[in-house]
Amino acid sequence: MASVKVRLPKEIRRGDLVEVRALVSHPMESGQRKDAQGNPIPRKILNKFICTYNGREVIRMDLAPAIAANPYLSFFVRATESGSLELTYIDDDGSTISEKVPFKVV
Amino acid sequence: MGTSNDQGLSRRALLRAVGIGGLVMSGASLVARPSSAQALRPGAHLEVLNRLVGGKQAKPGRVTVKMPEIAENGVQVPLTVSVESPMTDQDYVKAVHVVADDNPNPDVLSVYFTPACGKAEVSTRMRLAKTQRVIAYAEMSDGSVWSGQTEVKVTIGGCGG
Repeated sequence: MASVKVRLPKEIRRGDLVEVRALVSHPMESGQRKDAQGNPIPRKILNKFICTYNGREVIRMDLAPAIAANPYLSFFVRATESGSLELTYIDDDGSTISEKVPFKVV
Repeated sequence: MGTSNDQGLSRRALLRAVGIGGLVMSGASLVARPSSAQALRPGAHLEVLNRLVGGKQAKPGRVTVKMPEIAENGVQVPLTVSVESPMTDQDYVKAVHVVADDNPNPDVLSVYFTPACGKAEVSTRMRLAKTQRVIAYAEMSDGSVWSGQTEVKVTIGGCGG
């Protein structure tokens, strides 16, 4: 259901500052809205994001309901060696969405 | 003929005057927008600063919050926060906290960087309930705290009734 799209530059050289852009489909229900009957719709968001580079944590974020639906996140990673990036989102209900992308340094 | 020439001149002069006036106006609106380095007015951000950073004083500067000046729809407003830092093992940005004072919940985003990021910059899209300022705090590895802010005019709120 939920898919993560990750975009990296075409060519990555050692030492580059690489912009990682990630998009995930998720409603990010803020808990502020009401349904047609006037009942509040319970909050359900991705509240955490972690990116690891070859198993080591590079960046971590705490997300609040103020992050728009289908969260877009972009950040930087310094390229040191080839391997992979793993992006993980943690949902309010405890489930996780994870995506591993190859990271090739030339 | 003479009269039509005069009219042409006056029309040109009028247009020129309007053009200059426009330039002055846009300059004024640029000045009116609070700069990143300005001191902060009190608000909900102080509670968030206390909770997340532990009551430290934030100095204005080093943090840039980039957002559009006018957001027609508050459902999805682009946001970029960047912090001046060499991002070495000795001197790096530990965390950035983004706060929207006039949202029902002022928290927006906390980012925990490591030196492996190489650059302390993050972008996302956020919700804004109404016209307000967005503030970012940066916690440095040396313990100092810096702040930056910007003001966004919102035409339609984006938090849902």
